[in-house]
Amino acid sequence: MSFLDYAPAPESQAVLNLRADYGLFIDGEFVAGRGEPFQSINPATEKQIAMIAHANAADVDMAVAAARRAYDKTWSKLSGSDRGKYLFRIARLVQERARELAVAETLDNGKPIKESRDVDVPLVAAWFFYYAGWADKLDHAGVGPTPSARGVAAQVIPWNFPLLMLAWKIAPALAAGNTVVLKPAETTSLTALLFAEILQQADLPAGVVNIVTGGRDTGQALVGHPGVNLVAFTGSTGAGRAIARSIAGTDKKVILELGGKAANIVFDDAPIDQAIEGIVNGIFFNQGHVCCAGSRLLVQESIHDDVIERLKARLSTLRLGDPLDKNTDIGAINSAEQLARIRELTDIGEQEGAERWSPDCVLPETGFWFKPTIFTNVSTSHRIARDEVFGPVLSVLTFRTPAEAVAKANNTPYGLSAGIWTEKGSRMLAVADKLRAGVIWANTFNRFDPASPFGGYKESGYGREGGRHGLAAYLKPAAGRSAARAVPPAEKTAVPRKKAAK
Amino acid sequence: MTTSHSVMAQLNTGERALALIGGEATDANLRRYLHGIPGIDAVGLEQRAADLGTRSIKTSSKKWAIDKIISLIDLTTLEGADTPGKVKSLVGKALTPDAGDLSCPRVAAVCVYGDMVKHAVAALGSAHSRGTDAGVRVAAVATAFPSGRASLAVKLADVRDAVDAGADEIDMVIDRGAFLSGRFAQVYDEIVAVKQNCRRPDGSAAHLKVILETGELNTYDNVRRASWLAILAGADFIKTSTGKVPVAATLPVTLSMLEVVRDWHRLTGAKVGVKPAGGIRTSKDATKYLVTVAETVGEEWLSPGLFRFGASSLLNDVLMQRQKMTSGHYSGPDYVTMD
Repeated sequence: MSFLDYAPAPESQAVLNLRADYGLFIDGEFVAGRGEPFQSINPATEKQIAMIAHANAADVDMAVAAARRAYDKTWSKLSGSDRGKYLFRIARLVQERARELAVAETLDNGKPIKESRDVDVPLVAAWFFYYAGWADKLDHAGVGPTPSARGVAAQVIPWNFPLLMLAWKIAPALAAGNTVVLKPAETTSLTALLFAEILQQADLPAGVVNIVTGGRDTGQALVGHPGVNLVAFTGSTGAGRAIARSIAGTDKKVILELGGKAANIVFDDAPIDQAIEGIVNGIFFNQGHVCCAGSRLLVQESIHDDVIERLKARLSTLRLGDPLDKNTDIGAINSAEQLARIRELTDIGEQEGAERWSPDCVLPETGFWFKPTIFTNVSTSHRIARDEVFGPVLSVLTFRTPAEAVAKANNTPYGLSAGIWTEKGSRMLAVADKLRAGVIWANTFNRFDPASPFGGYKESGYGREGGRHGLAAYLKPAAGRSAARAVPPAEKTAVPRKKAAK
Repeated sequence: MTTSHSVMAQLNTGERALALIGGEATDANLRRYLHGIPGIDAVGLEQRAADLGTRSIKTSSKKWAIDKIISLIDLTTLEGADTPGKVKSLVGKALTPDAGDLSCPRVAAVCVYGDMVKHAVAALGSAHSRGTDAGVRVAAVATAFPSGRASLAVKLADVRDAVDAGADEIDMVIDRGAFLSGRFAQVYDEIVAVKQNCRRPDGSAAHLKVILETGELNTYDNVRRASWLAILAGADFIKTSTGKVPVAATLPVTLSMLEVVRDWHRLTGAKVGVKPAGGIRTSKDATKYLVTVAETVGEEWLSPGLFRFGASSLLNDVLMQRQKMTSGHYSGPDYVTMD
C-alpha cells in the first residue's frame, strides 16, 4: 500500500438538511417563481441536488418592490448601530453553520471541501464581521459627513465563489443602509438559499435582502429594472459590457468586477519553494475559476528550467477527485459549458504551438473534470496568453529584465491582479508601482482580507469592493455636499485650460 | 545547479562538496555558496506547513501511519539523572513497546548519552542491530552535547568513546556560535573530523546525525544554510534540535530541511535523512510529519534509514491510538507502560 494513496476521508453530508426544491426569497418568505424551475446539479457527479425556482420579470418586479418598501419603511430608519447588530448576528450564524455551508458549497460548486471549509466560509463570516463594524461609522467612509444610502441595490454574482461573492455584495450594501435584490449564478444558487434561511434565523426585517434565482433573463430583468439605484456585478467582461450598455443613460451607480489575466512574476532571486507554492495556489486554487488567478507565469529566463522542473514535481502531488474528500486539492469544473470552454482554449493553445503538460492523474468517470495543465513555450500573441481561460491552465512566458517583466505583465486588456516574487524589497516596490493592476501580491497570491479593497483596471472593471472603498460605493454624499461638488470651485474654473497640443 | 547528476554521483563526499563550492572549504567560498541559495519566505513556508497539516489521515492510512511512526522513533533519554537501570528500562520499552500486543513494531533506535552506550548495548543483547537493518540501533549524542562548547579534541574523544562502546549512530551538535559568526569553515571542518572519527577499525562507520539546533539559529534562512553546510560536509542525517533549548522541532523547520534534502537528491542522487527532535508528543503531530515527508521528498524517505523522530513521550501517545484502532475504544496512560 502506498501511504500517499490516503484512505478516503469524505466530509459527511449528514449535516445538510436540503429541500427537494427551493423558491425565491422575497419579502422575507420563500415563494414560488413564475418561470420554469431548473435543476441544480453536483458537477462532480452530475446528479441533481435540488430544483430551483426561476424568477421571471414579474418576480423581479415583486422583489424590487419589496426591497423598496423595506428601504423606505424599515432599513433606512434604523440607526447604524442597529443595522450593525443584524450584520453581527448574520456573521455569527454563518460561523455556527459553517460546516453545513461548506458542504453545500462544495456539493453545488465542485470546489474541494478544504477550500470551502478553510477559505470561502471563514471569509464570508469575516466580511460580515468587518462591515458590521462599519455600520455606525459611515461618517468616516470617505464621502463626507452624514452620507446616505443609495437605496435598492441590484447585485448579480458569479458561480466561482457563490457564498463569498454574496458576502462581498450584501455585507457592505446593508452596512451602508441599502436594501438588496441579489441574483446568484444559475449553476450555484444553493448556498444563497441557505443564506436566506440564515436571514430568517437572524430576524432580518422582511424585504431587506431578496434573492431571485434564475437565468440570464432574470439577471437582465433585475439590472434593467427602473426601481434599482445601484448595480453591482461580478462576472465576465462580456456580460459586464452588456450591463454597462443597459444602464447607460440612467442614474444607476454601477460597480463591475470582471475578468482578469494576471501575471505572476518570478524573479531569479525569489524564495523558490514558496514561489512554486504561490504559482500553484495562484492558478490551481478553486480549479482556476478565479478572476484574479495568476494565469500567466512570467519567469526570469535564467531560472525557467529549474522553475518548470520544480513546478511539474509539485503538480504531481496534487490530488484531483471527490470534492468532498478532505484531502482533495483539485475539484470538479463547475459546469459542462465551462469545461467545453477550457477544452476549446487549451486545444487552441496546442494548435498555436505551445507545449502542453499535465501530471498523470485519473479523472473520475462522471462529472466535469480537467487535469491541471501548464503550457510552456508560450508567446504573448498566443490566445492562451491573452484570453481568460477561467480554468486550471497556466501559460508560462519568460522575461530577461524587470522592465520587460513589467511591459509583458501590463500587455493585456485586463488589469485585475498581479504577483511579484523576489527577496529584494526595493525591486518588489518598484515593480508593483509600475504594474497596472488593482491588486498586487508580493511573495504570496490569492490572499483576501475584508479590509483590503479589490477591483480592476481597464477591462477588469471599475469600482472597488472590500475595505472602506467598497463601503463608499454604496453611499452617496449628503445632499448639500453633492450639490456643492457639482459646481467646481471658482478659482479653478478661472484658470483657462490649455488646449492639448495634439 | 549546472553540474550534472551523473558526474556528481561518481564523486566522494569531499570531492563533491569542493566541486559544488568551487574551491577549498574556506569561510569565503562557503559563504558565497550558502548565500547563493534561494531564500525562504517565512510566511509562505509556514502556510505550506499548515496546509500539509490539514491532510486527513483516516482508517487504513492511519493504521499504517501509526505503525510507521513507531518504527521511526529514536526513543530517547538524555537526562543528567540517567542510570544503567533507566537505560535498561528504556531498552525494554524499545523492544516491546506494547506489552499487551506483541505485533507492535519495535522502535528504530534508543538514543542516550555516550557513557550509557555500553549499558544500552548490553540490555539489547541479540536484539542490537549492529549495523544491520534488523534489530534496534543505539544512538549516542556526542561532541559536548547539547552546547557543543568544548575543544575539538574533546569533542572527537567523545565521539570515539561512543563508537568504541558500540554506538551505531552519532548525534553530534554543530558549533552554533561559529555558524552565527560566519565561521562556516570551522563548522564544516568539525563535521568532517567527527565523520572520520565515526569509522570503526573494521572499515564500517557509525551513521552521523548532525544537530543544527534550529531554535538557536533563529531564522529559516539560517536553517537552510546550516542544512546545506552539514550535508556538504558529509552528514548522513540532519537533525533539528537537542531538545534542550526552548524551541525544538517545528513542522515548518522540518519542511525546510526536507526541501534541502530533496534538492540535494536532485542535484547529486544521494539521499540524506532528516530527524526532527523534541516537541513532537502526539500521534496527530507525528502524522503531520509523515505527510510532510511523503509529499516533499517522497514515500521512500519513510524508512528508518532516512527519517526518524527524536522523542520520548510520543511513543505512548501513539500506542494509545494504536490500541484504540484495534479495540475501538480509548484506553488511558495506565494501559501503556512507562519506560
